[in-house]
Amino acid sequence: MPTFWLVVVLLALTALGFWFGRRRALASVQGNPRHLHSLPIYYGANVAMSIAIPALLILVIWLLAQPLLIENRVSATIPQELIPENTSIGLVMSDVRRLAEGLDQAVDQNVMTTAETLALDASTTDVRELLGTVGVALGSEVRPEVLAAAQSYRQLSSTGSTAMAVVCLVLALVGFGLSARHTNKEFRARNVVERGVLALLILAASLAILTTVGIVLSMLFETVNFFGLHAWTDFFFGSTWAPNFRGDSELSMLPLLWGTLYISAIALLVAVPVGLFAAIYLSEYAGPAVRSLAKPLLEILAGIPTIVYGLFALLTVGPLLLNLFGQGENGILGLSWMTGATSVLTAGVVMGIMLIPFVSSLSDDIINAVPQSLRDGSLGLGATRSETIRQVVLPAALPGIVGAILLAASRAIGETMIVVMGAGAIAKFSANPFESMTTITTRVVSQLTGDTDFASPETLVAFALGLSLFVLTLGLNVLALYIVRKYREQYD
Amino acid sequence: MNTMNMLDKTLDTNTTKITARDVNVYYGDTHAIKDVNVEIAANTVTAFIGPSGCGKSTFLRCINRMNDTIDVCRVTGDILLDGEDIYDKRVDPVQLRAKVGMVFQKPNPFPKSIYDNVAYGPRIHGLSKNKSEMDEIVEKSLRRAAIWEEVKDRLDAPGTGLSGGQQQRLCIARAIATEPEVLLMDEPCSALDPIATAQVEELIDELRANYSVVIVTHSMQQAARVSQKTAFFHLGNLVEFGATGQIFTNPEDPRTESYITGRIG
Ligand SMILES: Nc1ncnc2c1ncn2[C@@H]1O[C@H](COP(=O)(O)OP(=O)(O)OP(=O)(O)O)[C@@H](O)[C@H]1O
Ligand SMILES: [Mg+2]
Repeated sequence: MPTFWLVVVLLALTALGFWFGRRRALASVQGNPRHLHSLPIYYGANVAMSIAIPALLILVIWLLAQPLLIENRVSATIPQELIPENTSIGLVMSDVRRLAEGLDQAVDQNVMTTAETLALDASTTDVRELLGTVGVALGSEVRPEVLAAAQSYRQLSSTGSTAMAVVCLVLALVGFGLSARHTNKEFRARNVVERGVLALLILAASLAILTTVGIVLSMLFETVNFFGLHAWTDFFFGSTWAPNFRGDSELSMLPLLWGTLYISAIALLVAVPVGLFAAIYLSEYAGPAVRSLAKPLLEILAGIPTIVYGLFALLTVGPLLLNLFGQGENGILGLSWMTGATSVLTAGVVMGIMLIPFVSSLSDDIINAVPQSLRDGSLGLGATRSETIRQVVLPAALPGIVGAILLAASRAIGETMIVVMGAGAIAKFSANPFESMTTITTRVVSQLTGDTDFASPETLVAFALGLSLFVLTLGLNVLALYIVRKYREQYD
Repeated sequence: MNTMNMLDKTLDTNTTKITARDVNVYYGDTHAIKDVNVEIAANTVTAFIGPSGCGKSTFLRCINRMNDTIDVCRVTGDILLDGEDIYDKRVDPVQLRAKVGMVFQKPNPFPKSIYDNVAYGPRIHGLSKNKSEMDEIVEKSLRRAAIWEEVKDRLDAPGTGLSGGQQQRLCIARAIATEPEVLLMDEPCSALDPIATAQVEELIDELRANYSVVIVTHSMQQAARVSQKTAFFHLGNLVEFGATGQIFTNPEDPRTESYITGRIG
């Protein structure tokens, strides 16, 4: 039974269970709901939950686990000599999967019967051509071992699916039966449903956490591979970033980290004062008319894709800075500090502009959340508006503002497009803001694009870089939390 | 309530500190204060009484222009402080508020230390030359607000960590630290126990020597105890204004009488 229909049947059973539970509860008190422990819908919900939750849970787990198990079993049957040099078992397995899918499609499109596909023989039929007719293109000729593996793959999948359907349906029916038996006027359905809701909420929360853990683990795995191929001392303490494919790359994170932090710092220098002042103006001084116009405008600014900011950096800000600080259009200020349009300053300024609405709209919300009574208190003592803002509003809003700034910093550190287009691609240590530099994110992209070989340190370094970035932003967030908490302790 | 005692209270002075002429206040379309005329004398405690929502706080806030901070609020008519119209364009509301201090209906300590709360006004107005002078101002203000004994050992603790009644007294201390000429107090004892209330009332009486005090209160006894003049508001109208003894013993308006005796409110 296809999974789709299985889900439909389960949902139909659930709906039926809801109706049945409700009815049965009412019947147990001769239709007078006052004698029930809980409202009738709770009895319905209890039966529905008992049907749906275990069955759907098993369904999901099964769907996730089955391919892994089958893959393991099938790949064990593939002989070693079938794996071409320099590639892994993974490539062969993807051939197997494709072939299996193709055969399934052939059956679906009525090109062959199931029996015919099982009787296929790679040495007599041209399987590749055959599957071409149903729209599945195979990369190479099909060898008998691969065909055999694909057949056993299909076999296992179809057995697995049938077993899954049977197990899920049985579970659903058992749930139906058990919960229907409990349904009578004494049963505390409301409390059970309450617990069910709690479990659902916990599940949602732990899914979010588990995903994060999953992401970190997958990065960690590849990072460990990387450190197996490349010295970690070079990665953490080296001074040069010079990947090449001859095998003697120098892959140090430090120049990239320096570029990242330098550009982010400039971006924050632009974004924090401007954004904060804009927020203060909007929340404390601007009249309702200005506010109703300016706020949506700022929010639009926040919605511009970063690639557009990148173009802005490339076409407008870069050349402008070059005219000011370099010899572009023969140098307005007569300086020659800058030689190309791409520079740390270009990317930093444009990234700062991108972050302005981010900082200002977060700070605006935070400043607005400061109670009016505090402002009244200060104004009532004869303080001016700016004194009130400086001495009462901002201190009260500080934890939130610090949080907003650190969030902006995380975004700056993770930004890619503006850096690619505004800062250039040269990894180096330099304090000169007019030089090109590059960041961790752009190097991750460039190491993973094009022809990549997932066994070389030049590619795997991307994961190590990604993980470092993750740790960096995580650290920032922890710091933000710490600061916020510290202030809470002091003033709540 | 000792009626004889109340009647005996003499009005020490007759100089007018604040004059309100035909004051109307609107919140958008709500007409909150209707044609109020009142003269508040110097060195006097004036009590505003009236049922909830009748506009006592609103009128109080007009006197130091705190209503300016409410977008929808509109004030018409004249309010004169020492003969000068405070709604004149040349008047700086900031300076006005330094002269006319206010204790708000809801305690609103700043999220700062107790010390900094009290020192806030004096710092802004440069009232002390050095730290020890500031220490003195803070201690004196806290003592007068009857809270010094409770907080003297924890002046560095946040003011927001105090109890409701302590916060109320902290706000009184904060307001008197700037030495205003007029002190507006909006229900300053609403969260206080009888002992603290008596101490605050003592303070109010003491303040009368140098300042004018306007106090909003829901306690008839308190109005009778501390004030020399009483104004009764009802639905935005100033129904009756006169000597406290007069209002409490021999009100002219039937609405005043029924409010005081507890029939409307
Ligand atoms: N900020 C505001 N916006 C709109 N209407 C307001 C505002 N403040 C007060 N009002 C209205 O003005 C009227 C008078 O309110 P005010 O606060 O002056 O009453 P009050 O006499 O102080 O009452 P209480 O004794 O309960 O404090 C009320 O009807 C109230 O709804
Ligand atoms: Mg009030």
